[in-house]
Amino acid sequence: MREFAQLYAELDETTATNRKLEALQNYFEHTAPENAAWAVYFLAGGKPRQAVPTKLLRDAAIEYAGLDEWLYEESHAAVGDTAETIAHILPAPKRHSDVGLAVWMEERIGPLRGADPGFIREKLFEYWDELTWRERFLFVKLIGGGFRVGVSKLLVTRALAAIAAVDAKLIAQRLMGWTDGRVRPTAAGFLQLIAAQSEDEHKLRGGQPYPFFLAHQLQGDPADLGALSDWQVEWKYDGIRAQLVRRGGQNYLWSRGEDLITERFPELAGLTLPEGTVVDGEVLIWTGGDAPAPFADLQKRIGRKTLSNKLLAELPAVLLAYDLLELDGVDLRALPQHERRALLETLVTGVAKPQLRISPLVTADTWEDLGKLRAESRARGVEGMMLKARNAQYGVGRTKDVGTWWKWKIDPYAVDAVLIYAQPGSGRRASLYTDYTFAVWDGEGDARRLVPFAKAYSGLTDAEIRQVDATIRKTTVEKFGPVRSVKPTMVFELGFEGIALSPRHKAGIAVRFPRILRRRDDKPVEEADTLDTLKGLLEGSPDKATESP
Amino acid sequence: MGDMVVVRKEGLYCVPGDFYIDPWRPVDRAVITHAHGDHARWGHRHYLASDASVNILKSRLGADINIDGLAYGERIVHNGVAISLHPAGHVLGSAQVRMEHEGEIWVASGDYKVEPDKTCAPFEAVRCHTFITESTFGLPIYRWDPQQEVFDDINRWWRRNADEGRTSVLYAYAFGKAQRVLSGLDTSIGPIVCHGAVEPLNRVYREGGVELPHTQLVSETGKDEMKRALVLAPPSAAGSTWTRRFGDYSDAFASGWMLLRGARRRRGVDRGFVLSDHADWPGLLGAIEATGAQQVVVTHGSIPVMVRWLCQIGLDAKAFDTEYGDEDDEATGSATPEEGEAKKEEAKDA
Repeated sequence: MREFAQLYAELDETTATNRKLEALQNYFEHTAPENAAWAVYFLAGGKPRQAVPTKLLRDAAIEYAGLDEWLYEESHAAVGDTAETIAHILPAPKRHSDVGLAVWMEERIGPLRGADPGFIREKLFEYWDELTWRERFLFVKLIGGGFRVGVSKLLVTRALAAIAAVDAKLIAQRLMGWTDGRVRPTAAGFLQLIAAQSEDEHKLRGGQPYPFFLAHQLQGDPADLGALSDWQVEWKYDGIRAQLVRRGGQNYLWSRGEDLITERFPELAGLTLPEGTVVDGEVLIWTGGDAPAPFADLQKRIGRKTLSNKLLAELPAVLLAYDLLELDGVDLRALPQHERRALLETLVTGVAKPQLRISPLVTADTWEDLGKLRAESRARGVEGMMLKARNAQYGVGRTKDVGTWWKWKIDPYAVDAVLIYAQPGSGRRASLYTDYTFAVWDGEGDARRLVPFAKAYSGLTDAEIRQVDATIRKTTVEKFGPVRSVKPTMVFELGFEGIALSPRHKAGIAVRFPRILRRRDDKPVEEADTLDTLKGLLEGSPDKATESP
Repeated sequence: MGDMVVVRKEGLYCVPGDFYIDPWRPVDRAVITHAHGDHARWGHRHYLASDASVNILKSRLGADINIDGLAYGERIVHNGVAISLHPAGHVLGSAQVRMEHEGEIWVASGDYKVEPDKTCAPFEAVRCHTFITESTFGLPIYRWDPQQEVFDDINRWWRRNADEGRTSVLYAYAFGKAQRVLSGLDTSIGPIVCHGAVEPLNRVYREGGVELPHTQLVSETGKDEMKRALVLAPPSAAGSTWTRRFGDYSDAFASGWMLLRGARRRRGVDRGFVLSDHADWPGLLGAIEATGAQQVVVTHGSIPVMVRWLCQIGLDAKAFDTEYGDEDDEATGSATPEEGEAKKEEAKDA
């Protein structure tokens, strides 16, 4: 834990990329491979399930610190992070140990999962006794499952590539699926990760996907991209980006977050594909017709632990295929986009199953005509268009070095809403009011009131957050726990991607991806938008078609 | 009998003595606990402060202010109230005000720190019936490491930067914190360069008999020498053109708030050194207990927490709503360089 805590401190304590890289390389070179394996897992974004419920952790810490519960709560509110709060309230350690990260994970934290609360309590006390505050912070983070490090996966990849002396792309490939959590990181696995390139690279791949190629947001005029004929145009769907991998006679469905989601979509798990095929596409719910069902329906599938036959029949999933990365066990990613597309079309036609649909190409004579088609996006149940260079190879991550994908999204919906509740954020935003609830007007005359309809966290600069925070403190009406209700004085333009009727929400509607576009200082509270305006947006929204009764 | 000290719109007011303690609006007679901006304001007709504070107050508020100095422990009687000043251990000249009237004793402590350091007289516990305390770090998460460990950390950071040819820029409030940091630096590592806002206060400290290592200005430092230097600058210098000229530098901030990662990340500095001139949670509780006071009045900081806790342990605790802490170095949790007192400290390096 000491080495890992040292690495964490070094990564945490500098904003300079080269110093972070140096710290990572230094760590990977010196630590034992079984520890390095776990470090890679966490640094690359692995999130183990919580080993001990937060309440149990918190109660044990309160007991061990001999602190009143209310004092703990006050402290937590100031810190904004459970692990950090616990680390700061515990008494000084009694001894010091130096046990490696792998032992911590496998022999110490692992056995706590699902164990008897008395056993957990005893072990926590014992382990806390031998850790400094920084190590305690990490220990609680590792137990709690919400561990994040201020380092990009790309940087981890670069550090590993440097010590392995192989290409970073190869490391990225080998790292695929590393964070899935179903495979325990091992010393052997780590040594394989940093081994020299081998002939068997492909065989070693198992069911792993390729690193996803990601699109850039198109900000300017698409006409600046040159001739339209150089671009392959498709709709941009709002589903789950996924790769369907067929190897060893088995299907693996991977989400872009590198989670294996095969079991959630039995219709795709059972799809027969030729051996050695990898299709990139979007998982969508498709109930018939020309447009996919709204994302809300897909959420119903994701949210369920068990999938009933009824649900599978009502909300069938498809893979909308838009790229082919592997065919007959051969990596196609270096082929130009249009060649991969031709192979994909042949494949989809050959498979001939309704669960595997091809993403249709959008054609137009001019950029202007294409722009007109894009205006129909909402009615088509899509978010805009994708523009893929016809000669683009399939790159790694959000890069442009071997070709470019652009996402050309439609503007979000926007309404002017009033801030009525606020709550402090966490981490960097601890003890600042950064989480807001927004409302719009409903009713007429004396009955006119503000109804909450959305929560939003992001979209303001630090300076704006401080101003809003100060106003919240000055205009507080009531406090309920951490939440403050405020006198309505501030109007914000709120953007969101979709809107659907929702009996679960007070306003009767729910919006998707709400975020703050800007503060409207110029607008009096009385002139903020109304619930009727919001409901009016339902007209043009595809969600209208699927209103729940 | 009513309270000896009450809050008026001008500030804390000693009723029988007819004078104010650290008032925030202009008054006739003001007793000043220490020279930080939120406690020592301009415009009073008459000032009383510790001897060690007099020069600092004159340098901050003007040489022409009407001020009397009092040695620590020396007693004067004003309107029947015996007044004496006792070290608060916060910054040079900081004092607690002891007021005794008809056998009743109140102590107003201003800001205080209980761990002794080399730059000011150590905190002295004064027995009293009522103790007026700050609560800047009044939460159990705030527990300071011994300052030597913090100095060791700072020196380690400085040494590593110097070895790698990188300037170390350490932000610390110009009055108090900067000199305390200076007193703990290992001068064998490299030269110590002070921002133009820090150097005048170093002078005041030296004149007050506090030994500080040699310091110099940027203009007196060669380019190569700069690479091994530690630069002490006020927080307002963060991200300024003044700082950017150091090229590849590492920066850090010395403050009690740096205990929390969120606060450090908001600052956007590489390192946070947890060094405070205020008492931590055990320090506050220990200081309160040592006074033997049955009644405690809590001012600026974590007031509700402190009051609730003190009531729970059987003391008669309440709060005074003051205007302290708004401008003081550490008392603003906002921890942003563009706010507060820092602005006033901004000065160009000569």
